[in-house]
Amino acid sequence: MSKNVHDMGGDPAGLIDRAEHSRTLFDQRVDAMLRLLAHPQKGYFTVDAMRRSIESLDPQAYHELAYYERWVRAVRQLAIERGLVDEAALEQRMASIAARRAVKP
Amino acid sequence: MSRPALAAGVAVKVGTAEPSTHCRTPHYLRGKHGVVVRTLGRYPNPEALAYHKPGLPPITLYQVEFDAAEVWGERLREAPYRITADIFEHWLEPAVPDSGQGNAA
Amino acid sequence: MSTHDHGDHVHPEHGADDPHAPIDDFDHYRPESLLMEQALRELLMEQGVFTAEDIQRQIDLTESRTPALGARVIARAWVDDAFRAALLADAKPALGSAFELDLANTPELTVLENTQAVHHVVCCTLCSCYPRNILGIPPAWYKSREYRSRVVIEPRSVLKEFGTELPAQREIRVVDSTADMRYLVIPLRPQGTEGWDEERLAALVTRDSMIGVAQALVP
Repeated sequence: MSKNVHDMGGDPAGLIDRAEHSRTLFDQRVDAMLRLLAHPQKGYFTVDAMRRSIESLDPQAYHELAYYERWVRAVRQLAIERGLVDEAALEQRMASIAARRAVKP
Repeated sequence: MSRPALAAGVAVKVGTAEPSTHCRTPHYLRGKHGVVVRTLGRYPNPEALAYHKPGLPPITLYQVEFDAAEVWGERLREAPYRITADIFEHWLEPAVPDSGQGNAA
Repeated sequence: MSTHDHGDHVHPEHGADDPHAPIDDFDHYRPESLLMEQALRELLMEQGVFTAEDIQRQIDLTESRTPALGARVIARAWVDDAFRAALLADAKPALGSAFELDLANTPELTVLENTQAVHHVVCCTLCSCYPRNILGIPPAWYKSREYRSRVVIEPRSVLKEFGTELPAQREIRVVDSTADMRYLVIPLRPQGTEGWDEERLAALVTRDSMIGVAQALVP
């Protein structure tokens, strides 16, 4: 297999965007969820599993998604793999939250 | 397996395997010659942890130093420098010092 | 806390006190991502996997680790030879006792000292490994494709982009954090700071100087 998308040492790339970004509540919550789930004493899954999941995103998604958007997809996949949430229940909940939001003025 | 197999200063070569599964050996260092700087302890194998397996017994991790000329060959476009990376023992084999160089330096 | 401090990206329709604040930043993120986060969080709380308080405590802990902590560590290392030696030999115990930090359950840490002979610059080409237990969350550029791709193949050029030009004879060592070890750099102590106390010195230690893309500020 050729080199995977995340393994980018030495790849051609442009100038570095050095803009500082403050973290949003979304960023903080995704980060916190991972830390809690991957905490050595909880052990629902490891950071290694998290990386594996992120690396398995398709290359286009890997590049297009923001950092914590990649993370939330990995947390989702691992929570399902580990039986912490049910995939159908998750879809349903996302739909109901979306509906709630849509009602908002 | 209690003592690290490779001491500081030992010349090593990184493996050339191309697993399609998760691993922490960057592609740009595969097959490259380097020198062990130090041992960094023993850790469960990330290639197993990534799939919810315990990854035991733990594997010795080494900080390995590489000449940029060895790593990049003809792609090198800066003055000499070194790269270090942390490589697990099962990715390293003892090597003859200086072999595999000479193509760029 | 406000989550809308994005310069001109503020949503006028959602104030900081908006009870629906969890879903924010539609400018930045796909709605699907925001819905996924909220749905996951709700379901995992309902399952008893964690509580809202756990989440908040984890956020507070993460936010409490900032480069200001790292700067205090570096300033101490500059003035206290015994501490520096302990830090270089075995960083976590040295830090735990000197700064009363609970570093249990955080990754291993190695401290590298920049000298007149060698300059270390740290990266993670595979993901975003970073000494979070001391410096907090890494800057966006550290996690970027550009930094991760280029710093291992053209470090001097990358350093130059950060405004860092090193003497030609200084050896560069690019440190790729590929596994379980995290790395923190002690930058060179600037000249003209003889006799300074730790607090004054700490103000010269930037985040970027502890990653190694910059040097400490010159007084």
